[in-house]
Formats: sequence, C-alpha cells, structure tokens
Amino acid sequence: MGRRRIVITGMGAVTPLGHNVEELWRRVLAGESGVSATTTFEARTFPSRFSAEVRDFSHEAELPDGVNHIHEQTARHVGFMLSAALQAWRQAQLPIPLPEQGCGNSNGYVPAADQMGIYLGAGEGPVDFENFIMALTEGWQSESKDIDWRKWAKTAFAGMDAIRELEQEPNMSLSHLAQLFELRGPHFSCLTACAASTQAIGEATELIRDGQAQIMLAGGAHSMIHPLGVTGFNRLTALSVRNEDPPGASRPFDRDRDGFVLAEGAGTVILEELACARRRGVKILGEVVGYGSTADAFRVTDQHEDGRGGIAAVRLALQDAHMGVNDIDYINAHGTGTIENDSIETKVIKAVFGQRAYQIPISSVKSMLGHLIAAAGVVEFITCILAIRDQIIPPTINLQTPDAECDLDYVPNEARKAKVKTAMSNSFGFGGQNNTVILRKFEE
Amino acid sequence: MERRRVVITGVGVVSALGLDKEQYFQGLMDGRIGVERIRSFEVSGFPSQVGAEILDFNFKKFVPKAYRKAGKLMSRDIELAIAAADLALRDAALKTKGTCPDQQPNIDPTRCGVNIGAASICCDLVELAAAVEHGLEEGKFSYEKWGREGMEWLTPLWLLKYLPNMLGCHVSIIHDLQGPSNSITCAEVSGLLSIGEAYWTIARGKADLMVAGGGESKINAMNLVRHSLLGRISTRYNDQPQEACRPFDEAADGVVLGEGAGIVVLEDLEHARRREAPVYAEIKGFGVSSNLSANFITPEADGKGITFAIQKALAQAQLSPEHIQLLIPHGEAVAKNDRAEAKAICNAFGGHAQDLAMLATKSRIGNCGAGAGALDLATAAIALQKNKIPPNLNCPNPPPDYGLNMFHKKDQEIEIENAISCCYTYGGQTAAMAVSKFDN
Repeated sequence: MGRRRIVITGMGAVTPLGHNVEELWRRVLAGESGVSATTTFEARTFPSRFSAEVRDFSHEAELPDGVNHIHEQTARHVGFMLSAALQAWRQAQLPIPLPEQGCGNSNGYVPAADQMGIYLGAGEGPVDFENFIMALTEGWQSESKDIDWRKWAKTAFAGMDAIRELEQEPNMSLSHLAQLFELRGPHFSCLTACAASTQAIGEATELIRDGQAQIMLAGGAHSMIHPLGVTGFNRLTALSVRNEDPPGASRPFDRDRDGFVLAEGAGTVILEELACARRRGVKILGEVVGYGSTADAFRVTDQHEDGRGGIAAVRLALQDAHMGVNDIDYINAHGTGTIENDSIETKVIKAVFGQRAYQIPISSVKSMLGHLIAAAGVVEFITCILAIRDQIIPPTINLQTPDAECDLDYVPNEARKAKVKTAMSNSFGFGGQNNTVILRKFEE
Repeated sequence: MERRRVVITGVGVVSALGLDKEQYFQGLMDGRIGVERIRSFEVSGFPSQVGAEILDFNFKKFVPKAYRKAGKLMSRDIELAIAAADLALRDAALKTKGTCPDQQPNIDPTRCGVNIGAASICCDLVELAAAVEHGLEEGKFSYEKWGREGMEWLTPLWLLKYLPNMLGCHVSIIHDLQGPSNSITCAEVSGLLSIGEAYWTIARGKADLMVAGGGESKINAMNLVRHSLLGRISTRYNDQPQEACRPFDEAADGVVLGEGAGIVVLEDLEHARRREAPVYAEIKGFGVSSNLSANFITPEADGKGITFAIQKALAQAQLSPEHIQLLIPHGEAVAKNDRAEAKAICNAFGGHAQDLAMLATKSRIGNCGAGAGALDLATAAIALQKNKIPPNLNCPNPPPDYGLNMFHKKDQEIEIENAISCCYTYGGQTAAMAVSKFDN
C-alpha cells in the first residue's frame, strides 16, 4: 500500500513585506528590503538599531464578527498568527465555526473536528517589559547584590496582569487557533529555535501520513524584536550591526555579511490528505513529499564545522521523498547572513549534491525579510510554493561581493525565471537542530 | 502501513522525592510528600509559600567531566533534564559518549534522537537585576543607557540559558544523539507530547531509539506570581505544606509548584531485543487533542478534549476501557479543573471509571510543568514493571459526583496489565498515553 499523499490547500502570511501572501510575493520578487530602524522600542543606542518589523498592522479588524473577545488582546505575534491562519483557512475553504459563516466549498464535506489539528513552531511572547523591569529595580538591593523578594513581589503584583503573563506562553498561538477554529485533532507547538516552523510542517505531514488527522494547519509566529530579545542576540554578537545601512544589512552569502537581521511575523499553510482535498474539491497548491530532522550533537554555540547534521537532514528528506540529487530544482536556503551559517550551509549543499550543487539555483529570502526565527521556515516554505506556481525564483539581495567559501548560484539580486518542479527548504536551528522539507508541483 | 512496536527500556526521574527512579517510586510507595515551605528564596511576600523543591542537586554528577564547564550555559530546567536523561540512558544500559566516554557506544548515533519538552524558561532574576542596575538613570530604566553600556554586564551567552530547545540540544551533544530532534513547548503537556511524538517517530521507522520526556523548575518568583494572578495556586496551606496539594479532594486549594524532570528511553522492540535490553513496558497508544473553553485557564466543564485524548489512545492501543487498571490523571488540584477532568475520565471509561485505581502524583511532587506529564508516564512504567500501585494521598473526601475511586491502599492486590497517563494544560492542549505490561 502506498503511503498517503499530503497536499497544500491554503497559505497565509503576515511579514515585514506585506500582510498577505500575494503582497509578500510581489515585494520579494521585486527584491525589496523590509529592514529599517527599529520602532517597537527605543533602540538608538543598541549595537543593532534596526530590524524587519511588521508595520501598520492590526489583527482585530480581520477577526470574524462575533468572535470571542479573548482573541482581541493578544501578544503581538499571536495577532500575526491569527491573521495568517485566517487567510490560509479561508483559502482552503474551511468553515469558521460561527453560526453566520457557512461552509465554504460546494459539496459541504468537512472532516470531523478530531480529524483536524494544528502543529506550530511558535515563539514566546515578549515580557511585560515595563512592569517586569519595575519589579526588578524596586526589588534590587545594590549593597547586598540581591533581590528583596518582598519588595519585588509587591511591585510585581501591583503591575503585572494575568492575561498579559499568560499570553507570553509559547503555546498560546496554538491555543488561540484551536479555540477560533474549534479543532479536536492533534495539537502541538514546538520551539526548535530558527527551525521550528519547518519542523512543524514536517511533523504535521507525518501525522497526516500516519492517519492521525486529515487536515493540519501548520506554521509559526514569532517576534523577538523587544529589548531583551535584541539584548540576547546582541550579546551573542549574532546580529548585523550595519547601522549605517539597514536595507543592506542582511547579506546572505556575501563576503561582507556580518550577522542576521531580526524580523517578526507569522505564516501558515493548510496541509491535507489528498483524498480529503479531492473530496472537498479545493484547489491544490502543491505537495509535501519529504522531511528530515536531525541534530548536530556538536556544540550549543556553533554549528558542526562540516555541517554533519545539515547534511543528514537533507539526505533524510531526499530519502523520504524517494528522490535523488537531480530531482531538486531550487533550494530555499536557511541563509541567515552570519559568517558561519552561510559557509557551512554551502558545504552541506556541496556534500549532498556534489557537482550538481553548482547547477541548482539557491536563494535566501532572509536577505529581504530578515530572520523571523520560529516563523522563518514556514514563510520560506510559502515562497517555495509560489516559486513552483509562477516558475520564478526569488533573489538573494545584497549579494555584491562574492565569498570564496560561498561559490554556488545564489540567484543574486534579481528574481529569475526558471523551471521549478521541486523545491527544498532548509532550516538550521540555533543549538543544532536541523530540518529540511521538500515540496513538489502537484500532479495527479 | 506496518507500525513497529515501541518499548520503554530506561527511566530517569529527578524530583522532590529523590534523584533517581528507585528513590522516587519508593517515596511514592512509602507515602512521602515532597512539598515543603520554599527555601531557595524568601517567599513571605507571596500568597503561596510552599513548593516541591529539589534540594542538594548538583548537575555535575550527571555529566562527563569534560562537559562540566558548559554548566555556565545552563538554567535549572536544562540541568534537571540533563540529569534525568543521564539516569535514563544508564538505566537502559546504553553506552553513549556521555555515559561511557572512554568506550565504543553500543548504539548508532544517527538512528537515535531526542525529544524533550520544555517551558518558557524563566530567567534568573538576580542575575538580570544585577545587570539592569547598570542601565538605570536616577533609579529609572533607561533604554539608552542599557543599549550603550548596561547590557554589557550580562554574560555574552546569556540567551542560551533560556532557549527552550537547549534541554534537548545539550542532551544530544552530551550523548552524541544525532537522529530526529524536537523541542515541544506546550506548557504542562510538553513532556507527554514529547514522549508521544517520539513513540510515533520510532513506530514509523524514522529512528530506532529516542530519549524523550520533559523538565522544568517552577520554583521561582515569576511562576509564583503568574499562577497567583491566574487564581489557580494554593494559598491556604502555607502552614501545612504536606497537605497543600489535594487533587480531586473537596478541599482542593490550587496548584502547588514543583520542579523536576522525567525522561524515558524509547526503543524499537527489535532493537531492544537485539541488545537484550530490560523492558519496563510497551507503549500501545497515544492520543492528542484540545480542550475548548471560553478562556484559556479553565478547561470546558466536561473536559471533552481530555476524553478525546483518552479515547484516541485506547483506540490506537486496541484496548477497551475495561482493560485499564491504573490511571494517572493530570490532577491539578484546582477544583474546577479537577471536576472537568473527573467528568472527562467518566465519559471515557463509562462504568469502569469507578474501578480504576487513580494515582495523582502532584500531591507528592507538585506541578513540575513541562516535566509533569513525563514524570507521570515514567511513574506508570515503573508501576507496570513492579506491579505495584503507590497509595493516593491528600484526597480523603472526593466529591461523590466525581465518580472516581481515589482510595486504593498501599500494596493493594491489583494485577496491572495496562495503564493510562493523561495530561492537559492551560491553553487547552490534552494528551493521553496507554502503556502495557510487556508481553513477548
């Protein structure tokens, strides 16, 4: 018996380059940069003063009428997630379970609620910074270098709020979506750093293949553009500090790259068993055919120098897809713009694809979008679906000066028409968790 | 498609009842309770002052010498998980880079993975406050000063202590486990979800062995505040800590915070047979679902998402309710939640609910968050292996309409063939796992 085929029937995105998928795609193909001075907090003196923010966005207007008020006040990234999920859900013609919202597709079939689930790679919400810092400063005893917990507690209880605290939990994106769509199937949320939403897509695919669900909403959301997030990454010296030229700061595979650019946003896809999608009569946007997950098992601070875990993830995904190196037409790279990642990722691709590596177009949309951390993988996956749909590959912008260690075809600076039937998307997480997925143009 | 059979071959437990599984289980059998007044910081300013703390814990005993210096990259959550993983791998008689650094491993690292659930880890507030002091201007936090100089007072690798994937990443590094790797972050159901996903990973053939579970320390000021604000923490038993956590009792008073980690070694049955590994139990089925409710704090009144999870686990295990002798509930000790869970159990088990031996562990080891579901599953595995059910405590008066049997006694004569561990969390996610006595 052949295994179940998993198809994509919906997508949604809220990103620094647009609050929906088509706007994102148009601006990515135009090679725009979403990077500029940080506005969400006063970052003028931080080592990195810029980021790729989602601007002029409010999710509340997009919520269906009569929706539970718990969806109105949410953490920033949960708002992105609600919007992205609604876009995908509607595109897949799935019903939003409110009385006045009828069933979308014509023959009316919808799987039972326990056959529909959600798998997210979602981030935590930012701390309630003002109250959090207030409690720290009120409680701090300079002489003893310790916190007076009575004072701390008094301030914390006076300022902190139950729902603001709860909304910081990383499972809350998942919780909001479950309530909104009233689903009873498998629910998971993972946080494998920068690989999380690629992992979510891969694991959701496995769940449908196993028969645990017929439909899975998969994706991710994150925003680490807040004082402690930027502090953390700045202390690690992981971020670009090209403050004089924010749009030029994210330069994957360029010799003068100096770190990644923090971004925020959300993306979702609807994954569906082929038989279910056919029965519902919805348009099929592509097919997920391969997934590989591995660990570097090397160091928490560095990637394995030969790309051991990355190589294994790419090979496992190819094996899972029953494909060889000649079957891949496009690689959407992790391509963060750090010195280490881009040279190691290049090694990974060469190790797996051999001479063929030089013929495969590779690009990093992080050059335009920055790094959405947990949400990066799914947004990149969506650009792969669109590359297959429109037969055009998004560029790697800011690629001005070649790096001897990065000598593959990174589709520099301009989108390129190409024959793309199968695409691969790589995500390598901080700490050494690697995930690769392969998707293909849908054919009967 | 042919599914492979998956067995539990190693158990590692780090909890307030002891730093290994024997101490832990003996503690459960002997009626010990790990809840005391919290000692690690001054709690007199908090409404809840009790917790299940682990005292005298030194993670250095659980890592090879060469890895001890990495301790400066670890929060307590990470340390607890590392310790439990080390115990589980040794218990399973596995030679890894971590358990036997000088010997050839007896596993293929590329076929062995890690799936350890984690919480949103609370940072060390004293450490952060000491740095924030350098970002103050006239007593007030200044972004400008913080950005310019204050943040330099934080150790460069500060962030790495608090990324939730680091529990699993450290374990994969210490033991050289290069297979599938995931870090599930679904609050209090993280640990059981991780074990469930790892079970499926092996069942479908993507790995031969997985180190799975979860760990968290909730004994910190932020958790005390959060659970107080959410109105779900115990406050009336500060003078009687041992009685504070009362799952399913009519005097249930709320959550008691705990800390701990539970890690199990899961293995493809054939893989376990080849190396003649001892087997605790076989995992037969796993179910995942979600509660839906008007808010994220209280499950729906009939706990329907819990019923779904139990029914799915039973269906996958091809077991009917009558086959189950032991049930380890989430048992949070929040009255509304206990009522919903009791309802859910009754709906899943029908008339058999009265005959289930119930064992709620939180009365003993507190609520260990991301570690909780994994600790419960580990408890079920040990109970199956020893054919013993520890007594259930702090529940003298369960409301009769709960319809549950909370009164089995120590050494009660029950032959345990099958057990269910179930779990839910604020936010809504639910999970249940069916485990059975191993039978060739």
